[in-house]
Amino acid sequence: MVTLAHYLVLSALVFALGLFAVLTRRNGVAVLMGIELMLNAANINLVAFNKYAAPGAMQGQVFALVVITLAACEAAVGLALVLAAYRSLETIYLDEINLMKW
Amino acid sequence: MTGEAIAFYVLAAITLASGVVVVRSPNIVHSAVALIPAFLGVTGVYILLGAEFVAGIQVLIYAGAITVLILFVIMLTEGGTGLRLRQVNEQETIGAMVAGVIAALLVVGITRTGWHAGMGALPAYTPGAIGQSFLGPNLLVFEGTSIVLLVSLIGAIIIARKEE
Repeated sequence: MVTLAHYLVLSALVFALGLFAVLTRRNGVAVLMGIELMLNAANINLVAFNKYAAPGAMQGQVFALVVITLAACEAAVGLALVLAAYRSLETIYLDEINLMKW
Repeated sequence: MTGEAIAFYVLAAITLASGVVVVRSPNIVHSAVALIPAFLGVTGVYILLGAEFVAGIQVLIYAGAITVLILFVIMLTEGGTGLRLRQVNEQETIGAMVAGVIAALLVVGITRTGWHAGMGALPAYTPGAIGQSFLGPNLLVFEGTSIVLLVSLIGAIIIARKEE
């Protein structure tokens, strides 16, 4: 029997993995991958609550779709920023990017 | 153990194992490719939860588009794998502690809470219900999302283009 708590625990573990990547990775692209994992964890929560807490309403799945769309936007803009930083500073390692202006 | 439980544990194992590869691999290309099984495991979880439309969108956008975008940027910067460079910063220990403590707190909180089941049932065919919802009560969300998509598209082009 799979209950709501099973899905929430899975989501918490995926979120912790993504947080670990965001905190420890030096490469800007790897940090973005961690953010994608965290957004996926949030989506698992939304869809699981939709099934177990409010099956009559579709709000959880609708909001998960909105989050997926915004994650795509965030990935596009974030990767564009990484490319722009690489073009100016020749590095995408976040601890070496220390300029606000050049 | 029911079939649903077996499917859940297999999908959770796939997701978490490839998530660990994403987070820990010293080769950034391996990390990006390991994102694909992680996203497909989450897709399986969506199907278990009766959200087949969200599962389809997940495959199209995450496993398809976002992974390819990430691989493109890896290839366009530093020429590949970054194997000779240190991939983690000096916060590794404290970062692991923070992530571990947050995961432990969440798991304890989730397992000690009594979750009440809601009333009603999922519609048999969720794509239709989602379409009705997007063109009915959630129309403003739909329009707002399309504006955000347009703005981020223009912003990405302006940020990434070569300056004259």
